[in-house]
Amino acid sequence: MNASYLTSILIWLPIAGAVLIWFLPLSRYATGALALLVSFAEVGLWIKQAAHFDFSQPGLQMSERANWFGDLGVSYHVGVYGFSLWLVGLTVVGMAACTAYGFWVGRDRPRAYFGLMLLLTGATVGVFEAQDLLLFYAFFEAMLIPLYILIGVWGGARRMEATMKFVIYTMAGSLLMLAAIVAYGLQAGTFDLVDGPTSTSRWLFLGFMLAFVIKAPLFPFHGWLPDAYRQAPPEVAAVLSGVIAKAGLYGMLRIAITKFPEPTSFYRTAVLALAAASLIYGSLLAFRAADFRGVVAYSSLAQSGLIALGLFAGTDLGFAGAVLQMVAHGLISISLFLIAGAVERRTTTGEFRLLGGMARGRPALATLLMMVGVISLAVPGSASFAGEFLILAGVFQRAWWWAAIGAGAIVLAAMYMLRLISAVLHEARGSTVSDAALDLRPGELALVVPLVCGLLFLSAWPAAISNHSFFGPSPTAAVKSGFK
Amino acid sequence: MIHTPPIDWFGLSPVLTPIGASFVALLCAVLVPRAARRVVTASISSAGFVAAIALAVWLYIDSASGHTIAAGAYYRDRWTSLGQIIIFAVGLATTLLAVEHMPGWGRDADRSRRDDHVAEFFALLLASAAGMAFFVGAANLITLFLALEWFSITLYVMCAIDYDLEGSLEAGLKYLVVGSFGAATLLFGSALVYGATGTVSFSGIATAISSQGLTGDTFVVVGIALMIAGLAFKMSAAPFHMWTPDVYEGAPTTVTAWMSAATKVAALLLTFRVMTTAFPDDQHLWGWAFAIIATISLVIGNFAALVQKNVKRILAYSAIAQAGFMLIGLSTGSALGARAVMFYLIPYSAAAFGSFAIVAARERELGVPVTLDNLAGFGWERPFLGVAMWFFVFGFAGLPLTGGFVGKFYVFAAAYDHGWAWLVIVGVLATLVSLYYYLAIVRAMYMRPSAELAIAGGSPPRERLLQLAVGAALVVAVGSLFAVQPLIDLAEHAAASLPL
Repeated sequence: MNASYLTSILIWLPIAGAVLIWFLPLSRYATGALALLVSFAEVGLWIKQAAHFDFSQPGLQMSERANWFGDLGVSYHVGVYGFSLWLVGLTVVGMAACTAYGFWVGRDRPRAYFGLMLLLTGATVGVFEAQDLLLFYAFFEAMLIPLYILIGVWGGARRMEATMKFVIYTMAGSLLMLAAIVAYGLQAGTFDLVDGPTSTSRWLFLGFMLAFVIKAPLFPFHGWLPDAYRQAPPEVAAVLSGVIAKAGLYGMLRIAITKFPEPTSFYRTAVLALAAASLIYGSLLAFRAADFRGVVAYSSLAQSGLIALGLFAGTDLGFAGAVLQMVAHGLISISLFLIAGAVERRTTTGEFRLLGGMARGRPALATLLMMVGVISLAVPGSASFAGEFLILAGVFQRAWWWAAIGAGAIVLAAMYMLRLISAVLHEARGSTVSDAALDLRPGELALVVPLVCGLLFLSAWPAAISNHSFFGPSPTAAVKSGFK
Repeated sequence: MIHTPPIDWFGLSPVLTPIGASFVALLCAVLVPRAARRVVTASISSAGFVAAIALAVWLYIDSASGHTIAAGAYYRDRWTSLGQIIIFAVGLATTLLAVEHMPGWGRDADRSRRDDHVAEFFALLLASAAGMAFFVGAANLITLFLALEWFSITLYVMCAIDYDLEGSLEAGLKYLVVGSFGAATLLFGSALVYGATGTVSFSGIATAISSQGLTGDTFVVVGIALMIAGLAFKMSAAPFHMWTPDVYEGAPTTVTAWMSAATKVAALLLTFRVMTTAFPDDQHLWGWAFAIIATISLVIGNFAALVQKNVKRILAYSAIAQAGFMLIGLSTGSALGARAVMFYLIPYSAAAFGSFAIVAARERELGVPVTLDNLAGFGWERPFLGVAMWFFVFGFAGLPLTGGFVGKFYVFAAAYDHGWAWLVIVGVLATLVSLYYYLAIVRAMYMRPSAELAIAGGSPPRERLLQLAVGAALVVAVGSLFAVQPLIDLAEHAAASLPL
């Protein structure tokens, strides 16, 4: 494939942009503009990559490989599959929206802020493109560093506890993954994800899975989630739930399920049970949450559970639905957090008891929140309806009761989302909502509307992703073959 | 008539150059007028280190097949040369740092005492570097002990050189007492080994042990144990670490930066050499001993660092923990372990030097010891030093920003390859604990308001040379993440000198 340089550029362009921003003494405005330019360039490059991607071709595409250190068989190996292409797209689009939000809000200390946002973009794209275990791990960890500082410096009042919890939780998982990577790589003689053999070691599987279930997160490893999502600046919370969490789910698909087929089937019931528990528990907590971000945070937990349900169903429909739902939920969650940020800027709070009645006189806010909310609760015809339907159908093939649990959770989703909409937009006017609180400004619309358009596009044509993520008619066969 | 053995002067030149420069610097103390003394002696020191690095590089290229020189007293091989290059590079960086942060800068206000001991400081720095360079090349128990005392005595003096400060004097004295005890332990161990085997040469000891079946001999085993204890003092591994926090805290920060980086290089490389060359048949003993010392160092270093407030003490305990990681590689005694230790030392020494240099800068602008509280806001006031600091501490923590990440990966790989998966788990858990205090440093620098602090006053000093030194350390630390293959090749060739 002649466009393989795009794969590396997508990773290194934002990192180079970050370094540039740190070295150039640009003004506040110029710094933000440069960062935004780089983010948009990323989106453009991704579109080019997607245009060059040949969906009729099996195996890794646009790959690049260079020696990193040969004695242990570690290389710089990047490339994309269909499903990673979509996740890279989600990352660059989401990060562009969130960077633009930071620009719009006018974050303090712009050089540090925009540099870190770009660093985060590069690292996250790297996670989805890395085809070497150690490289994957390096990017997986590298995401944490900008996140730590972004939450710790620009976050809310209780950011210190939030960052500490977040870092300790995620590192606990990923360090055990490092141990698993060392063991897997030395046993296999290579750390390459494409060439590496499958393994039957249950310990290694658990080492990998622990990192992924914490990152995703699944119940009961979600302890970091409520604090991090509430204390982070809204655009960082959006990235966390929309994009970063997907790295955990992607890891399950790319590494845990693909490289450990025997342990996957051994632990299938256990993982499905955790996923179902996350789905129910997250939905219930979202229904009880007292603030805007709390609802979105816990619904992310529920959605992670749902996607994991699809992945570990181990059926064609489950895999296809999981990838579709990862992208759909990513877009939904980013939009919701950005809208939450807009609401908080106008009212200084996200608490429902202080909000209400915002629909009156604010048609754009009301329309957008309504649309995203309705798509998110999986109204038939929406992108997430397609995703959830595929997942439930997929898990139904495994056993009917998983699908019954999942279907129950969709009812809960309707409950918490409608509660959110009515608490913010309708009901009596909240004490913090003044007439001075304007409708969404054009700048904010320019951030959220494209995301919603993406969702509408996926609603109209969900097969764009669900039929173009795995080569061939059967995702299960693709997974079994190691995507060869 | 006594026959003098033929001496390979070229082989010894990396040791002789800094010691020669040291003599010249000492002469400057009396011959050069006070006003020019700092510039002249710093130039001599830099020139000495640059020349020594050049010679060590030349010897590295020229010594593909290692052998002993000077009647079997000293190894001329790549293990020696590479270790010397690292030590001299740290020495050069310390010289740059010392120009603006000369220990005893508190006296600078008093013009009559200003630059009193500048020449002596550089002379001691060069002499201690020469001693360490000789130490890593030691080929028998006599040169081992001689070199150990050589660089230790200079370090004792360097710790106490800021004699107006109680802390500095106390550090020097404490280091002297504890260090002498360690040296005596090493000497006693050496004597037992000599008594059992009848030879002082490392390779001769190995031959004697295998030919006379002395593997389980009481003298040999006790001798090895005492030697390990003595060497562990020098590399500040727990439970022989008691002096480290106090000395690192009390010594002038410039000296701490030098000690923490260079001493560890010398002690670890020499220990790897002694154990694998002299006691290959007892690997089951010393391998376990070092694995246990590594575990204790990881536990004590990391947990003790959690409760510290003084940044120098945090970094001191972190140095103990880092010794633990490197000892994981050492305990395997394998070629992979040798590569791992050698590679690990490169980003480690850069980060150790760099982090203490940054503490020195903060200390100077505050005029009081640096704690987590008065580090607040540092990252925003001095952006370059702040960013460098977070690279260094995240690198210590093994996050993929510096070569420390690859170093950790290598030692874990060596341990797993050796069949010690439990040691990998210990290392992983220790890393997790260490995150807490490394993150505390970053948090203090960036996430606390600096307004509550009364800064000593004035704008931050212009520290061009300090920034240059920190920048160089940063380039090495970050560069070793990307240029792994060339560095590993160097380490592999160096490790080929050892009988592994």
